[in-house]
Amino acid sequence: MTTAKELLRHEMMPHILCPGCGHGIVMNAMLRVLAKRHDNLDQVALVAGIGCSSRIVGYVDANTLHTTHGRALTFATGLKLARPELEVIVVTGDGDGLGIGGNHLIHAARRNVDLTCLLFNNETYGMTGGQLAPTTVKQAFTTTSPRGNTEPNFDAAALAKAAGASFVARGQAYRPDVLEEVMERALDHRGFSFVEVMTDCTEYFGRKNALGQGSDLLFTQSRSDQDVSRDLADWPTLRTPQGWQVRETQPLGVLHENERPTFEESLGLPGYSKREV
Amino acid sequence: MAKRELISGNEACALGALASGLRFFGGYPISPSSEISEILSSRLPRAGGVFVQMEDEMASLGSVIGASLGGLRAMTATSGPGFTLMQEHLGYASLAEIPCLVVDVMRVGPSTGVPTAPSQGDVMQARWGSHGDRGTVALSPASVEEVYNLTVHAFNIADRLRTPVVLMFDEVIGHMREGVELTPPAPEDLWARPRPAGAPGPDFRAYAPNEQGVAQLPAFGDGYRFHVTGLFHDERGYPSTNPDLVRQTIERLERKLDPIPAWLPPEKYRMSDADFVYVAYGAVSRVAREAVDRLREQGVAAGLYRPRVLWPVDEAALRKDLAKARTVVVAEMNRGQWVQVVAQALPPATHVVSYGKTGGEPVTTDELYGIAADLNLRSVKSS
Repeated sequence: MTTAKELLRHEMMPHILCPGCGHGIVMNAMLRVLAKRHDNLDQVALVAGIGCSSRIVGYVDANTLHTTHGRALTFATGLKLARPELEVIVVTGDGDGLGIGGNHLIHAARRNVDLTCLLFNNETYGMTGGQLAPTTVKQAFTTTSPRGNTEPNFDAAALAKAAGASFVARGQAYRPDVLEEVMERALDHRGFSFVEVMTDCTEYFGRKNALGQGSDLLFTQSRSDQDVSRDLADWPTLRTPQGWQVRETQPLGVLHENERPTFEESLGLPGYSKREV
Repeated sequence: MAKRELISGNEACALGALASGLRFFGGYPISPSSEISEILSSRLPRAGGVFVQMEDEMASLGSVIGASLGGLRAMTATSGPGFTLMQEHLGYASLAEIPCLVVDVMRVGPSTGVPTAPSQGDVMQARWGSHGDRGTVALSPASVEEVYNLTVHAFNIADRLRTPVVLMFDEVIGHMREGVELTPPAPEDLWARPRPAGAPGPDFRAYAPNEQGVAQLPAFGDGYRFHVTGLFHDERGYPSTNPDLVRQTIERLERKLDPIPAWLPPEKYRMSDADFVYVAYGAVSRVAREAVDRLREQGVAAGLYRPRVLWPVDEAALRKDLAKARTVVVAEMNRGQWVQVVAQALPPATHVVSYGKTGGEPVTTDELYGIAADLNLRSVKSS
């Protein structure tokens, strides 16, 4: 059996992620899921936008496409329609997928293209230095909200569901075991699968909000096994030392799933049935 | 024997694309290019291809690049405002070396401008619209039949040199109908992409250039696993900030386009002894040809130089072709864009005049004929 390690491009190491960042954990979960499903990744394409999360596709020994900011889903749509037999996974971040790429997200969901979209949500623009993101909650400090954020934030999963995604889930970097199960179900699902993964940016978001160092921010995602086993348990609200809430309670697990014709089926694309499920 | 038909430039573009083996179209509606989308939405699926209407122009070209990476001939069609939105992905396709065709049916700008009136205002946008230094390819047909033929050439250039190609024509050419007998390209007239060098494996180099300086990428899903990025990258496709590598890549991507002007030489009409020359492309060249004939009747040694490739420019060839000209009038439906190329290429002794017409009305034969005697023209050289 293939191991996750064998699916890495070792020559691309060291990676760019900061100590304490949850992205590597999410990537590992994804690799373990892929290792279970494939001997090699010849028939898997990873398509990413711009940002910290999007850089991880380069570390995977697959057909990897690092595109422009926010537009990974459009490249993935063209690629998937050209090669419907491929398993296409889109890796995006909260700024990438909900800010500059929000329009593409809702339309990919509406079309129900058979893609799996993993949105890494670290509540900030990490690569550019920790600026305000569409997912930053009210009052949180970022490098462009020095007096605390005054804008409401998106609920990415609710947005994807409303736009027509036929599979919507939320996982967290803190529980890669649960995340793996969610990712497997997302990949099995035929149609647009959206997985929001709560991860963390300790280097910028954590520092700006005095939320500790190293893995402290990641540990704030902690929940009891009992909660996790109930699948839809809430995760903790997070407050700064001053008592301001910088993370809202959000449900986790598979939030929505239905069956409707995929875009590929509606177009009658030959070759689509070859995709293994 | 081809059948004679009465069709528009936009129709000819769609038919030329189908004859070239187009298999993917991703587009967004915009006047005056929409007929290309409409025709392909009907005919492309019947030819075994995929038509998808995307949510905007960034998405359109993104989907085209994705499909091209899947191995298909892919294109989109747009007009000025959409062309502006596509600049980001034109730059991406240049650096990542993904073949694709963007058709730009030009209307009056800036901004929404005059959506249905002709213009040639996007010439410099095609050259410099995307950020950074990059070589660009822009072809300019002047008749319905030539739209068809240059669409085929555009795909060929895109595939052989692995580059985005812009086919640009004004609204007059797009909507004008002409009786044509179209000759579909023979299979051997369709150029293929460079084949990947080497077998899949750890030593595979997707971005190792061939002798023409062109990367030799396979398609995704063909059993090679490789990385594609809009970051500067080494031969494996892996990101690099090495200044020498960046510099060499920029130079290679521009240099690989050098053969194009010789593949599609300019049309030279009554040029052999001409000392008064119109330089014009697209719809303007059609009236310039009539002006040449009228001037010849008056005994003026007039000629027409009509570039079919606006970018890249072979300056030495341009200088040689116009060596006998004493006066060169560059007539365009803009405030003077390609005239800057001509003025830069020619020696100071040549009198280069810009006739730039804006407003959304086509240039007429009378206007161009009148220029020959008009002494009150704006001289590019004198300013």
